Amino acid sequence: MARTIEEINEKIRKGKAVVFTAEEIIDVAAEKGVKKAAQEVDVVTTGTFGPMCSSGAYFNVGHTKPRIKLGGGRTCLNDVPVYTGVAAVDFFLGATAMADDDPRNKIYPGRFSYGGAYVIEELVAGKDVRLTATAYGTDCYPRKELETLLSLKDMNEAVLFNMRNAYQNYNVAVNLSDRMIYTYMGVLQPKLGNANYCSAGQLSPLLNDPYYRTIGLGTRIFLGGGIGYVVGSGTQHNPNVARTDEGVPRMTAGTLSVKGDLKMMSPRWLRGTSFTGYGVTLTVGIGVPIPVLNEEILRFTMVKDEEIRTQVVDYSDSYPQNIPGSLGEVNYKQLKEGKITVQGKEVPTSGLSSYLKAREIAGILKEWIEAGKFFLTQPVELLPSVDSGIAFKPMKERPIKKHN
Amino acid sequence: MQKKRVVFSYPSHLVDQPVISKLVKDYDLTVNILRARITPKEEGRLVLEITGKRSGLEAGFQYLSEIGVETQPLAQDVKWYEDRCTHCTACISVCPTQALDVERDKMEVSFNRDKCIACEICIPVCPYQAMEILF
Repeated sequence: MARTIEEINEKIRKGKAVVFTAEEIIDVAAEKGVKKAAQEVDVVTTGTFGPMCSSGAYFNVGHTKPRIKLGGGRTCLNDVPVYTGVAAVDFFLGATAMADDDPRNKIYPGRFSYGGAYVIEELVAGKDVRLTATAYGTDCYPRKELETLLSLKDMNEAVLFNMRNAYQNYNVAVNLSDRMIYTYMGVLQPKLGNANYCSAGQLSPLLNDPYYRTIGLGTRIFLGGGIGYVVGSGTQHNPNVARTDEGVPRMTAGTLSVKGDLKMMSPRWLRGTSFTGYGVTLTVGIGVPIPVLNEEILRFTMVKDEEIRTQVVDYSDSYPQNIPGSLGEVNYKQLKEGKITVQGKEVPTSGLSSYLKAREIAGILKEWIEAGKFFLTQPVELLPSVDSGIAFKPMKERPIKKHN
Repeated sequence: MQKKRVVFSYPSHLVDQPVISKLVKDYDLTVNILRARITPKEEGRLVLEITGKRSGLEAGFQYLSEIGVETQPLAQDVKWYEDRCTHCTACISVCPTQALDVERDKMEVSFNRDKCIACEICIPVCPYQAMEILF
């Protein structure tokens, strides 16, 4: 059997599309058999809700009278600096940006209780933020100072643009040292006191389409509670990693770059997030529909937590020193059950990505499709896969010669 | 036997009095001090678990009230903001009493305040400020 995106959309239009979440499809396909399930099911919906640092938003805030050129000057939203190195009233706010006077890790471990991600959450919640700017002034943009309240509805455009989201699989972080460490993988207790993981596992978008047969530039998705699009592979997209016989990456692999209209999103699905001793980040809700174009794609979506394996990495030494190596391989069934064994020791596990919310997102996307409110798109170009020749490079530092 | 988790607030003039010792000796209560703090103004705050006979507990609390120690259940000082919680489970592996626990089928986090000992380990661990302890 084979079906096209057009055929699926026709069924969505008629209210006849058969949709299951990536969790539901496991039992449905086991019961019906792969062949029959592939004939009957049109779409499998995925979801993930976790901290994703390479996120941010760009804005066009409209021109003042007289005009001001924010570009080249300094602009802050609620004291958080934005990037203004573009045209007059466009700027980009990064999720991890912080106010200049945030103490960061000066009193270790820092709290990192506010930053760009929180500004995004507040804007999406409809709140006013304080824009403060200084500029150098030109003949055409004479104004040099600006202070105003601003909300999302005042802006011309507000676009969430995330350069790396939805990692296909992720490390399990542990701490072999004898002191507490504070990482982007959470607070890690000394001597293997806990193990933190961060993936929705069997519900995660890219783990349900491991070779990127359906996802690419132009894929319409659930993003932050609204509609968004995949705009290509994310940064650090690395398809050429060790995989199981079924094609599932056994470590961090593919990533997505996504964008969407911030004005359509919800603070429920875009959350400011603080990692003690590390920094601020944005927790993003993403759901990707997988069109069941053939049996092989259906088989990929049947992936179960116990079939998704990942590597345990020491964040006290090997991660910060960038020394490759794994302390062992575990699967997401074990991680979700609450304990794994590392170096002969039983270690309790915690998640950073919410499986409960991932399931909710996959469910919402399923409802949208069933209700005829969400149609699938044919990507213009699929994400680069294992045949792309992509190699993920570390930085090769080259000394800069000093001339006197 | 009854068990209570309570917070004592001492006025400054009682900080040098052997109040706990009296609870143990005169009222036959078992006292487990979970946390203790004296503020710069010399007011004292104690979190404890008290076990004893109903009559001993009643008389002990009467004594505390007479000398001016304010008591309140610990639960009032610990807050779990369910709307802020994303059920990520970051807190689950560090909570020593399973006051924060997860229903594994749904991966849904819950907070049982009766089990909480206000150790505050969850506070820096929660990325969403869902836990608050006013102590």
